[in-house]
Amino acid sequence: MPTFVYMTRCDGCGHCVDICPSDIMHIDKTYRRAYNIEPNMCWECFSCVKACPQHAIDVRGYADFAPLGHSVRVDRDERRGTIAWRIKFRNGKEKEFLSPITTKPWGQAIPKLAEVAPPQKEMRDSQLLYNEPKYVRMDDGGLRTLQDAGLKLKKGVYY
Amino acid sequence: MAYQTIIEDGIDILVVGAGLGGTGAAWEARFWGQNKKIVIAEKANIDRSGAVAQGLYAINCYMGTRWGENQPEDHVRYARIDLMGMVREDLAFDMARHVDSTVHQFEEWGLPIMKDPKTGRYLREGRWQIMIHGESYKPIVAEAAKKSADKVFNRICVTHLLMDEGRENRVAGAVGFNVRTGNFHVFKAKTVVCGAGGASNIFKPRSVGEGAGRTWYAPWSSASAYGLLINAGAKMTQMENRIVLARFKDGYGPVGAYFLHLKTYTQNGLGEEFESRWWPSLQQMVGKEYLDPEASHLTHRPIPTCLRNHALISEVNAGRGPIHMVTMRAFQDPHLEEVGWENFLGMTVGQAVLWAATDVDPKNENPELTTSEPYVMGSHATGSGAWCSGPEDVSPPEYFWGYNRMTTVEGLFGAGDTVGGTPHAFSSGSFTEGRLAAKAACKYIDDGKAEGIVVSQAQIDRLRQEVYGPLEHYRIYRNAVVAGTVNPHYISPQQGLDRLQKLMDEYCGGVSANYMTNEKLLNIGLKKLRIMEEDLEKLAAADLHELLRAWELKHRHRAAECVTHHTLFRKETRWPGYYYRGDYLKLDDQNWHVLTVSRRDPKSGEYTMEKAPCYHLVGDEK
Ligand SMILES: Cc1cc2nc3c(=O)[nH]c(=O)nc-3n(C[C@H](O)[C@H](O)[C@H](O)COP(=O)(O)OP(=O)(O)OC[C@H]3O[C@@H](n4cnc5c(N)ncnc54)[C@H](O)[C@@H]3O)c2cc1C
Ligand code: SF4
Ligand code: SF4
Repeated sequence: MPTFVYMTRCDGCGHCVDICPSDIMHIDKTYRRAYNIEPNMCWECFSCVKACPQHAIDVRGYADFAPLGHSVRVDRDERRGTIAWRIKFRNGKEKEFLSPITTKPWGQAIPKLAEVAPPQKEMRDSQLLYNEPKYVRMDDGGLRTLQDAGLKLKKGVYY
Repeated sequence: MAYQTIIEDGIDILVVGAGLGGTGAAWEARFWGQNKKIVIAEKANIDRSGAVAQGLYAINCYMGTRWGENQPEDHVRYARIDLMGMVREDLAFDMARHVDSTVHQFEEWGLPIMKDPKTGRYLREGRWQIMIHGESYKPIVAEAAKKSADKVFNRICVTHLLMDEGRENRVAGAVGFNVRTGNFHVFKAKTVVCGAGGASNIFKPRSVGEGAGRTWYAPWSSASAYGLLINAGAKMTQMENRIVLARFKDGYGPVGAYFLHLKTYTQNGLGEEFESRWWPSLQQMVGKEYLDPEASHLTHRPIPTCLRNHALISEVNAGRGPIHMVTMRAFQDPHLEEVGWENFLGMTVGQAVLWAATDVDPKNENPELTTSEPYVMGSHATGSGAWCSGPEDVSPPEYFWGYNRMTTVEGLFGAGDTVGGTPHAFSSGSFTEGRLAAKAACKYIDDGKAEGIVVSQAQIDRLRQEVYGPLEHYRIYRNAVVAGTVNPHYISPQQGLDRLQKLMDEYCGGVSANYMTNEKLLNIGLKKLRIMEEDLEKLAAADLHELLRAWELKHRHRAAECVTHHTLFRKETRWPGYYYRGDYLKLDDQNWHVLTVSRRDPKSGEYTMEKAPCYHLVGDEK
């Protein structure tokens, strides 16, 4: 279902233009409001719908296979860390869903790697990545090698 | 044209395309290169770019070694079985032994991973998949990348890689244009990690008109990883191994959770189980080593994805369609019903909308399944992509040339869909590959391998002119006609895309041809692709948005050409259900138990094809 924009709600802020991965939300030069310039390149990903502060963007099923008369509305709340959906069927039936989108305040739980202790030479020469081996198994075990696994690589058809 | 040329100099690590692979690379690069200059060039906005833009409801690759669930080699065996033997097992093993450390960090960053209330472990969807509330998966990994990168350039469509003029076959950065301002951007870099993603829309989609955007893989997966790399002369592997997906009809909603977690199953239009009917004849095509339903039943050994597709396609062709997913039983449980719906809302909202529009409530009605048009990518149940070096402690000599995940072009690395031979990496594995590539890129620089790179002004000027070609062509010729889209001097990007999709569909085994092709058809396809390349010189773009579409088309065309060469080269049907070589309908291990490797000579445009040995992990079987 490609997106469309309600004329009376859009204020032309451009958030949808900024986020659309397909580069198809553009601001109309005459009306100064957003619209979908290329519906056949819309993945119905809802990125723009979620980003619109005015809830001005909605979707309607693709004309080639979806009948009219349904809706799927979404409210993504970063502060609360939730996303709420309301599905309305063509026959009027409704379903609602609520899910978490994060368990932590935005951005704070991710460390700045420029500020952590730099890797020593042995680590550079090893196969380890940042936070390994600890984070592989969350215990003191090491990184798996072919030797540990009792394996070797053999050329050909049989395995 | 008044567009500026903006040069970003002195970059150590340039990340081209920051989806799951690219964000992993940018993040990890900072640890190994704390003083290095790390820059991202991305054609969209990294907060919502790539295949994970709308989120995911599962992480499809997690070992669970901390709970003794699986070992990396178990995953390699699984991927090998699913891909009919054709996997770069060194790369697959390497990804699998690191992937859990990636997932554990995601949890720490706030990604909500569901837990099994009884065991306290991550909730399993299947043996390899864990369930998440992943609506914000992409914003979270983007945040990590932003914490590490010096600069993020959003809305830069990268069109070409820069090549070093001091030494043959060494990368020197990339160029592209800003989709908003139109400015020409030059990134001079010592190393490049390419994470520009897979390819949708190379083959004609089933949907028509407005619905053409409802592809399975994102419509913005423009084959850039392949286009950029092939043009730079990098070797590619397994490009014939396109993937066809069995999905809910029209919406292409995912089926993984339905099969694995909700325990739904398929039946034909008559309400019968149909898969087993096709196994005996299929076994004659592929051999008992690859299809042994009895053994599969006893040991839970999976039946390869492509072979299950084959059963579905054959059943429909036999006139007993449509195929239904039996959801009515599972959906009587309100918890499972909720999981079923949230699964779509978390990663393929369009399927939920389609069911709302058509009043399909899977509690009362079993929805239809279908097989999709083919896609070319390297991280799902297929492994197309660049021929890359593996890690030194695992790889045999044919698979190792110094730096992990480095392509055959020096200083050019890959991650995710970019890397060939590594199916079943999925989101977590792609991010992990980015991390591996970043570490290797830092080492490459520290080893002094990136000294003395030369990029002449002439190279920059030449590329600048090429980049704007479609705008220029439009400016010159648009007034040759009164109005409208029909012009004898040019075609638009959309017209070109239609042509590409039609010819790939008809000659290279798309949906309309029932996934069937042969040598004659492929040769005609190649001829048409060659002629199309001449017309691509006459693409016309009316504005910057069309210029973006023009370059996406050029990348898709190059990838399609490579796919066709590979399909022609492999004279067997290795993956029935993905595609068929009508002239060689059997799997042929004697001659084709090998990986296919191609290289396009950037000067002559000629392809050379070769066979590379397929190595397998052998030892204590479990
Ligand atoms: C419908 C669907 C369901 C899936 N389900 C799951 C699942 O449940 N679990 C799971 O683990 N995985 C799943 N996957 C797979 C997962 O999304 C991919 O494996 C992963 O995203 C691949 O990572 P990547 O970095 O290679 O590509 P992407 O994440 O697609 O990133 C590519 C990036 O490159 C950028 N780019 C492209 N071209 C250019 C250019 N010319 N210049 C600059 N930038 C460019 C794009 O904008 C994008 O940001 C699913 C995918 C799809 C489509
Ligand atoms: S984000 Fe909403 S209000 Fe802002 S331009 Fe887009 S549609 Fe209009
Ligand atoms: S739904 Fe996605 S693809 Fe469609 S306009 Fe919105 S952001 Fe773009």
